[in-house]
Amino acid sequence: MNINSNKYTYIFAVVMVVLVAALLSIAATSLKPLQDKNVELEKKSDILASIGIKGENSDSLFALYIKEQLVIQDGQVVESAISPFDIDMAKAVAMSAATREVPLYKAEVGDETFYVIPLRGKGLWGPIWGFFALKGDGNTILGATFGHSKETPGLGAEIATPIFQDQFPGKVLFTDQYMGIEVRKGNASGDQQVDGISGGTITSVGVQSMISDCLAPYKAYLKSISSESARPEMTETLDSTLITASI
Amino acid sequence: MSAEMKPKKEGLFSKKNRSLLIDPMNANNPITVQVLGICSALAITVKLKPAIVMGLSVIVVTALANVITSLMRNMIPNRIRIIVQLVVVASLVILVDQVLKAYVYDVSKQLSVFVGLIITNCIIMGRIEAFSLGNTPWKSFLDGLGNGAAYGGILIIVAFFRELLGNGTLYDYPVVEWMGLYDLGYKNNGMMLLPPMALIVVALIIWVQRAKTPSLIEKD
Repeated sequence: MNINSNKYTYIFAVVMVVLVAALLSIAATSLKPLQDKNVELEKKSDILASIGIKGENSDSLFALYIKEQLVIQDGQVVESAISPFDIDMAKAVAMSAATREVPLYKAEVGDETFYVIPLRGKGLWGPIWGFFALKGDGNTILGATFGHSKETPGLGAEIATPIFQDQFPGKVLFTDQYMGIEVRKGNASGDQQVDGISGGTITSVGVQSMISDCLAPYKAYLKSISSESARPEMTETLDSTLITASI
Repeated sequence: MSAEMKPKKEGLFSKKNRSLLIDPMNANNPITVQVLGICSALAITVKLKPAIVMGLSVIVVTALANVITSLMRNMIPNRIRIIVQLVVVASLVILVDQVLKAYVYDVSKQLSVFVGLIITNCIIMGRIEAFSLGNTPWKSFLDGLGNGAAYGGILIIVAFFRELLGNGTLYDYPVVEWMGLYDLGYKNNGMMLLPPMALIVVALIIWVQRAKTPSLIEKD
């Protein structure tokens, strides 16, 4: 048979493409459940890591510590068609801060309550994300974790290392002057400042804008928690004024 | 190389076959002698870990792609052979990526960025085109293994120096801090982390290699 004839070439190409397509789609569909499970487990262990809990079995630990999952829209708890855990943050942050629905995880460790909020933003080469765990006052940071998909190793990718993340615990998100955390080039000393990554300026700036952008929808809700914890007897009046103000 | 060069009968590790495996390490190194695959050598040698993962995955892909194309070498129409090679390499990489994502999720996260780079790696296409289309599967396998390992070896050497001098760590262990050099006033050289320094390190390797291997030195 002449393997260089036109007929043979066409047949070879068609057969090859069909075979390869079939092989790849079989592989993709049969491995999909395992891959989705991995992504889900990673998300659970990320949320747990931000409140300082690490363990092998994220599934059971998650069920043990995360007592409540809420959907927040513009500072209020709302009912939503999708469960908080399934909210796609990439789609959420594409909407304006006032209209997006975002999840809030309420964790109970011992007799303390922690709040975990997800973050999502842009780095230099691709998306960056993370979780902030807040103490019971809804303002002080308990822990922060960050992740990225393709930041430069050794530069922007350093946001995912303890060196960067360990700066966050103890910082506060809201003061009268500023909402968020400032990622500075040197001399970070204040309650709302951390040191950026040298050589990773664009990623560092991305972290800062991600924080302020993602906090916006939670602002009113977290403020109500923080005044609640400060003056429990005034909870009701404060809540209603805050809600009217945010509307 | 052409099909006529096929020997009649020889052992699995005859001298010729061994040289297929060993030659790429020095006298015929894909990076330092043939200057192929430089682009990915720049991109992923900032730290040792991704360099090692990249080296391993390139070894797997070159070896398998070489074997598969070698098995098909008498069936592939000449006019579409480059397309066939691309399809083989691309589907192998996709397959490897899917399997890693399902079974070793951590490693796949390390690798994800570099998968695209494996497909575009000129060493793989070069070995298929130059070698496996004209040689038996076993020889092609050895050739793929040797070239992949030689590529990975250079990546690891470059990454070793860049991570050590630029970051003060090795495989994320803070060796410089551990040796106490910071207390003596030592500072990391941030420039090592930037892409140009990868070229300079590769150039230094080429220099050392040529000085030690007279056969590589040009006459004039």
